[in-house]
Amino acid sequence: MALTDVTHDAQDFAPPAEVEEAEVYHPKTWLGKYVFSQDAKIIALQYSITAMAVGLLALVLSVLMRVQLAWPGAVSFITPDAYIQFVTMHGMIMVVYLLTALFLGGFGNYLIPLMLGARDMVFPYVNMISYWIYLVAVLILLASFFVPGGPTGSGWTLYPPQAILPGTPGSDWGITLMCISLGFFVIGFTMGGLNYVVTVLQARTRGMTLMRMPLTIWAIFTATVLALLAFPALLVSAIMMSLDNLLGTSYFMPAIISLGQQLDHSGGSPILFQHLFWFFGHPEVYIVALPAFGVISELISVHARKNIFGYRLMVWAIVVIGGLSFIVWAHHMYVSGMNPYFGFFFATTTLIIAVPTAIKVYNWVLTLWQGNIRLNVPMLFAIGFVFTFINGGLTGIFLGNVIIDVPLSDTYFVVAHFHMVMAVSPILAVFGAVYHWYPKITGRMLNEGMGKFHFWMTFVGLYCIYYPMHYLGILGVPRRYFANAGANGLPDWFPESAQMVNVGITIAAIIVASVQLVFLYNLYYSATRGKPAGGNPWGATTLEWQTADTPPTHGNFGKELPSVYRWAYDYSVPGAEEDFIPQNVPAGKGTGHAS
Amino acid sequence: MSIFSTLSTKPWVAERGYVSDSHGFGLPTARVFLSVFLGVVTAIFGLLTAAYFIRMTYADWQPLPVPALLWLNTAILILSSVALQWARTSARHQQADRVRRGLLAGGALAFAFLVGQFLVWQQLGSLGYFVDTNPSNSFFYLITGLHGLHLLGGLVAWLRASLRLWRGAETDKIRMSVELCAVYWHFLLLVWLVMFGLLLVT
Ligand code: HEM
Ligand SMILES: [Cu+2]
Repeated sequence: MALTDVTHDAQDFAPPAEVEEAEVYHPKTWLGKYVFSQDAKIIALQYSITAMAVGLLALVLSVLMRVQLAWPGAVSFITPDAYIQFVTMHGMIMVVYLLTALFLGGFGNYLIPLMLGARDMVFPYVNMISYWIYLVAVLILLASFFVPGGPTGSGWTLYPPQAILPGTPGSDWGITLMCISLGFFVIGFTMGGLNYVVTVLQARTRGMTLMRMPLTIWAIFTATVLALLAFPALLVSAIMMSLDNLLGTSYFMPAIISLGQQLDHSGGSPILFQHLFWFFGHPEVYIVALPAFGVISELISVHARKNIFGYRLMVWAIVVIGGLSFIVWAHHMYVSGMNPYFGFFFATTTLIIAVPTAIKVYNWVLTLWQGNIRLNVPMLFAIGFVFTFINGGLTGIFLGNVIIDVPLSDTYFVVAHFHMVMAVSPILAVFGAVYHWYPKITGRMLNEGMGKFHFWMTFVGLYCIYYPMHYLGILGVPRRYFANAGANGLPDWFPESAQMVNVGITIAAIIVASVQLVFLYNLYYSATRGKPAGGNPWGATTLEWQTADTPPTHGNFGKELPSVYRWAYDYSVPGAEEDFIPQNVPAGKGTGHAS
Repeated sequence: MSIFSTLSTKPWVAERGYVSDSHGFGLPTARVFLSVFLGVVTAIFGLLTAAYFIRMTYADWQPLPVPALLWLNTAILILSSVALQWARTSARHQQADRVRRGLLAGGALAFAFLVGQFLVWQQLGSLGYFVDTNPSNSFFYLITGLHGLHLLGGLVAWLRASLRLWRGAETDKIRMSVELCAVYWHFLLLVWLVMFGLLLVT
């Protein structure tokens, strides 16, 4: 790089920022420190643990569903009603209460202040409240398992009219509790989300310009903005549906005869609900995908010891995807009977969104190209993510076209597609991120052997689960069905081989689910017995690895906040002494640049 | 720096020293917080408006008669906003007395607005326009209800600021709170005017 490129904007070496004591809130009691904590790092752990606990429940539900599909009737408490309730709760918990909460509440809280060189979120008190409201939302959701009628069985999409009609399980209590729980979730999330956004805008340390932020932060930031704008749609539709349900209004409910009774509703529009729901629902996909993108960019760059390829393009892609994600929602409604020209419009926007997404994929691959790849556990998960995301993305291009979607809609092809793209991929990113940042959180490494076992079993297992589902979908097997086999064996159209496939999928699912216990054990075991990690075990450049203490203490950076002199991806800089230069290292000796 | 020049910087050109000493936009953090929050509220009412327009096109929609009281309420809300604006400018000029009067008037008027809205609900109810009578009624109750809730939330913030003032906090200390209240009030006034307009033209 020519020296003439170097511009010195302001004074090169400003004195480090003084600690303003008033800025840092000091808890006095144990309760204040670990339970009602206002420290973003503790809140992050609270979010993560709660999310993983409900996520585990959702995993158990999915295994129960799979057992039913493989051996219909083998487990007596899985009735048709229970099955559809499991489908609903599994889907909703996984998407909203696990992934959204974990990526934004968990990773967001932990990483935003640390990576930006801030002491905490800008409004720690609001941040704390955010977690507790989230917990209330989770408890209300869980309560619906214990009310008369059980949780709602409307599918995670909650479509009216069936969501509130008698005959749908949970139509008396379940759906109401679901709407209330979602309401709490949205309010709690909004409090947290405002914090994340404003912290990124306002609390970056000196020298941390927007374009020097790690991609993880760009991604979490954009995802939070999406969530702040998309969740209101869910809130509004939950409120309106509850009014239809409880007060007899007709926002969404058409005139309808149910179980021989003419209901009071008339004239409402179920399609209106679908529009509102998917105006939330599609951005939601990116709310969980973008943070995964960011994390993966980080992992690939760090563990390939190479700067991220096309940083600027990566940032633009994140922003463009975020913007486009608001104008593609109706690709979920091709079979709803809407105007065909609408379908054309939404198919076009959907295919356009593939462009920035593909750019990201190319850039990850180009970052790996000729990198000094270290196949440790975080890198394995990162590569697993890229694989899986390409897979899911390709089937997405199929489904984005109206003519292909119409026959495949509501089949297992769709189940396979969205699990690949928004379930498996983000989960792989979560695992990679946990293996990557666990040493910072606890000061110890996760066990490598258990980690590799976890990766290979999970990765291969997930493909055994979801690849065959594409085949079932093309065969026409519908989703959300309790059983495809009739009482006396299989219906004509359902070949025995397909049922064999179902059995195989279930066995794989059981194995994958069990392997997660190894992961949990690893988390528990390594917290006290893992290899001590030191402050920066991966040789990473970003600020969270440059803290004085590991795990970082209250206030994150000790007395002086770091100052940032460079971008986040100075790996293998020619002429530099080491193969990474942390963001807070000024030009000079050992950095390969004259100062 | 404009957003475009920000997004086109080349961060890998290393050693540019400090870019600037200030963090963020140079706006007070609480102000930025409020602005982002107003974005969220805009999304809520924007979506409601969209839903309103879609639902309106269905055959069973019958416009709601506009109670005259709504005009009065609108006037009250405008005055409330004006009073808070007055408090805000007075706070800038350190006129503690006027801040106090402005705050008090603004809060009281906002409260009066809420009571007025409640009376409108009662009037409509006594005329037989219940929430489930017609979708236009459902939307009216929903929109006024949500708008009222947002104002109620604002009143909580207003109460905190007022209490601090009456306990003897200096004008300087609560200037920001007054400022934020005023901005929030203007915003809710704007939302109300749009919603009221929606009701009038449809
Ligand atoms: C080993 C892991 C998983 C297994 C075995 C699994 C299995 C299943 C099964 C059997 C269904 C119901 C299919 C049907 O009858 O229609 C389903 C639905 C669903 N799953 Fe998963 N799943 C897993 C992980 C996840 C994750 C991580 C997510 C997070 C996004 C997720 C999101 C969903 C959604 C949104 C639905 C649709 C629910 C509905 O139709 O209302 N799943 N899954
Ligand atoms: Cu979508």
